Amino acid sequence: MSASTETIERFTNKGYEAGFVTNVEEDRVPPGLNEDVIRTISAKKNEPEWLLEWRLEAYRNWLTMSEPDWQYHHYDPIDFQAISYYAAPKRDEDRPQSLDEIDPEIKETYDKLGIPLHEQEMLAGVAVDAVFDSVSVATSYKDKLAEQGIIFCSMSEAVQDHPELVQKYLGTVIPANDNYFAALNSAVFTDGSFVYIPKGVRCPMELSTYFRINAANTGQFERTLIIAEDSSYVSYLEGCTAPMRDENQLHAAVVELVALDNAEIKYSTVQNWYPGDAEGKGGIYNFVTKRGLCAGDNSKISWTQVETGSAITWKYPSVVMRGDNSVGEFYSVAVTRLRQQADTGTKMIHMGKNTRSTIVSKGISAQEGQQVYRGLVRIAPTAEDARNYSQCDSMLMGSECGAHTFPYLDVNNSTAQLEHEATTSKIGEDQILYCMSRGIAEEDAVSLIVNGFCKEVFRELPMEFAVEAQKLLEITLEDSVG
Amino acid sequence: MALLEIRNLHVNVEGAEILKGLDLTIEPGKVHAIMGPNGGGKSTLAKALVGDDAYEITEGEVLFKGEDLLEMDPEERARVGVFLGFQYPVEIPGVSNTYFLKAAVNAIRKHRGEGEIDAMEFLELVKERAKRVKLDEGLLQRPVNEGFSGGEKKRNEIFHMSVLEPQLGILDETDSGLDIDALRIVSDGVNAMRDESRSFLVITHYQRLLDYIVPDVVHVLLDGRIVKTGGKELAKELESKGYEGYNEDAA
Ligand SMILES: Nc1ncnc2c1ncn2[C@@H]1O[C@H](COP(=O)(O)OP(=O)(O)OP(=O)(O)O)[C@@H](O)[C@H]1O
Ligand SMILES: [Mg+2]
Repeated sequence: MSASTETIERFTNKGYEAGFVTNVEEDRVPPGLNEDVIRTISAKKNEPEWLLEWRLEAYRNWLTMSEPDWQYHHYDPIDFQAISYYAAPKRDEDRPQSLDEIDPEIKETYDKLGIPLHEQEMLAGVAVDAVFDSVSVATSYKDKLAEQGIIFCSMSEAVQDHPELVQKYLGTVIPANDNYFAALNSAVFTDGSFVYIPKGVRCPMELSTYFRINAANTGQFERTLIIAEDSSYVSYLEGCTAPMRDENQLHAAVVELVALDNAEIKYSTVQNWYPGDAEGKGGIYNFVTKRGLCAGDNSKISWTQVETGSAITWKYPSVVMRGDNSVGEFYSVAVTRLRQQADTGTKMIHMGKNTRSTIVSKGISAQEGQQVYRGLVRIAPTAEDARNYSQCDSMLMGSECGAHTFPYLDVNNSTAQLEHEATTSKIGEDQILYCMSRGIAEEDAVSLIVNGFCKEVFRELPMEFAVEAQKLLEITLEDSVG
Repeated sequence: MALLEIRNLHVNVEGAEILKGLDLTIEPGKVHAIMGPNGGGKSTLAKALVGDDAYEITEGEVLFKGEDLLEMDPEERARVGVFLGFQYPVEIPGVSNTYFLKAAVNAIRKHRGEGEIDAMEFLELVKERAKRVKLDEGLLQRPVNEGFSGGEKKRNEIFHMSVLEPQLGILDETDSGLDIDALRIVSDGVNAMRDESRSFLVITHYQRLLDYIVPDVVHVLLDGRIVKTGGKELAKELESKGYEGYNEDAA
């Protein structure tokens, strides 16, 4: 059916809607990476000696490591000396104390993205810790959260105000030398979020951070740490988008989650960074290390992600289930179109007894997009009666895209029960015709079918986020209707 | 004016000519049945009428209420009142039957310049129509056709039709796969919709269905052409004699 094929193409040609640049003067360290640069970053942030030493050790480790090359990516070598490792909005001293004081231009940027902070706060009761470039410029609801002993602040603030917590947990889930990009992040990380939920506290609102890469040529190295004490609960939302520009921007974040006995952490991401143009030019390089540790018994960590952006994605949010009866979950929708390349998946490491994990991965490839699902399920000898369910579905739109699935199993305990399902489908022209024969326009049919395909993941997202994610998917895959 | 007028329709599929000059006129309020051997082109006719572009029209014309149907996109044809109950309804995972129908109803309303249907009104409509064809209410919330039994899929097609209320209902072997009770229920659903302006084109292999949905006209479609047209007694004749005698006629 050529008409449908044509529509699919029109759908996937949607321009990048979040492409605009904000002009805010920057205070930046000149490009280049060496121990002096790291000392400068640490000094600018007024960090304690132990943290500087930790950074330096990570840097020295990094120097001995080489960039991973096993993944399904093709890109020109990254010149790490051409990157500036620190940028902050200029008026650092008089950072706004409330949302009202935010630079109108920044606010406007958020408004253009359809995420007005005010509305978000009022309507959804979401606390927003907006990271603009590398330094937080807005934090809200802090007082309200503080009443319950919840700490929700930027990593820089946490280093100043809660150094003992940072020192106790930083790098415990993802060691500084875990991998090439994690080591780089450990050496030069600038900011990110810090969350601490005390014993028995159920965080009363979804914590949300909008990241936005905004300084040309500035690698972004966020560092996020979330700690959920015994019997606590938190849901954290991360959403991001970036302005259109030509240079490739490196992004190597590290996110560590720690859940103690009976604690639950739900981490949701909607990622919409600039994917590059139709020729594959520009776009964000997204090399992220995300891992959660179910340290306590009966703890639970779930990752839910909707990824539509970035030129290159290298990302495997993982869960280490150390506590008995702990649960790890990974729900993912990834879209690759244009010349986007994504090598993504998860690792579920079962160590405790009776641990359970669920993997639901939905990959959509369009145009010349290439996508790999790479998943590891490891059952340690100590993990009696572990169970895993994996489901990896791929949907292809057009004939030049690709989807590949590499499930790895490493089972060292015979009591384990593993179940794996995988499907690859072309978006059915018969499905599209069926919708049209009921009066539904071709464009609407495609988004209906795609949203149906992703349903199992969307329903894991918090309500408002799910609506946003659905919209994002629609504008990503749709040409303007009508 | 005829509701549907097909003149000298030629349709190619994958380069092969399947319909070879088909003529068919359906007046408002009439039920036409099409019978004929496997591979004769019955589904091809149905697919060509809804606008599946795997079916290439090489010659001929089709007028629906006097307008050129072949010029319209498939969704437009649905909006002006053409409905096809598919021989093999497809599954749409993750999209609830109700949600799907609501999208369809609203698309049709929009085409007519009407606003979106009120949520409560829609719910009542859907429940009432589901009851009419005895469609299990559980199937309303399930993804479209996913995991439906063969009979449930067919019943769901009739359910869709009774919600969308088309001018012309084309039913492609809606009776196959139905048990006796279901056959009666589905037929009752169709009969309830019969009126002086609405017409049906019923494709079937079995005279049995036509005992319930009594046709005004019966056609035999064979090798891409209508080779015989008669009244409801023609179906009975075919049931006992088969298509043997027509082969030579067509050749
Ligand atoms: N999409 C298609 N691709 C290739 N051939 C097709 C396609 N659709 C129909 N045909 C061919 O066209 C001819 C007519 O098929 P059609 O489905 O219209 O027959 P039918 O009369 O509906 O048969 P049945 O009674 O078995 O349903 C057959 O030879 C069939 O193989
Ligand atoms: Mg057929």
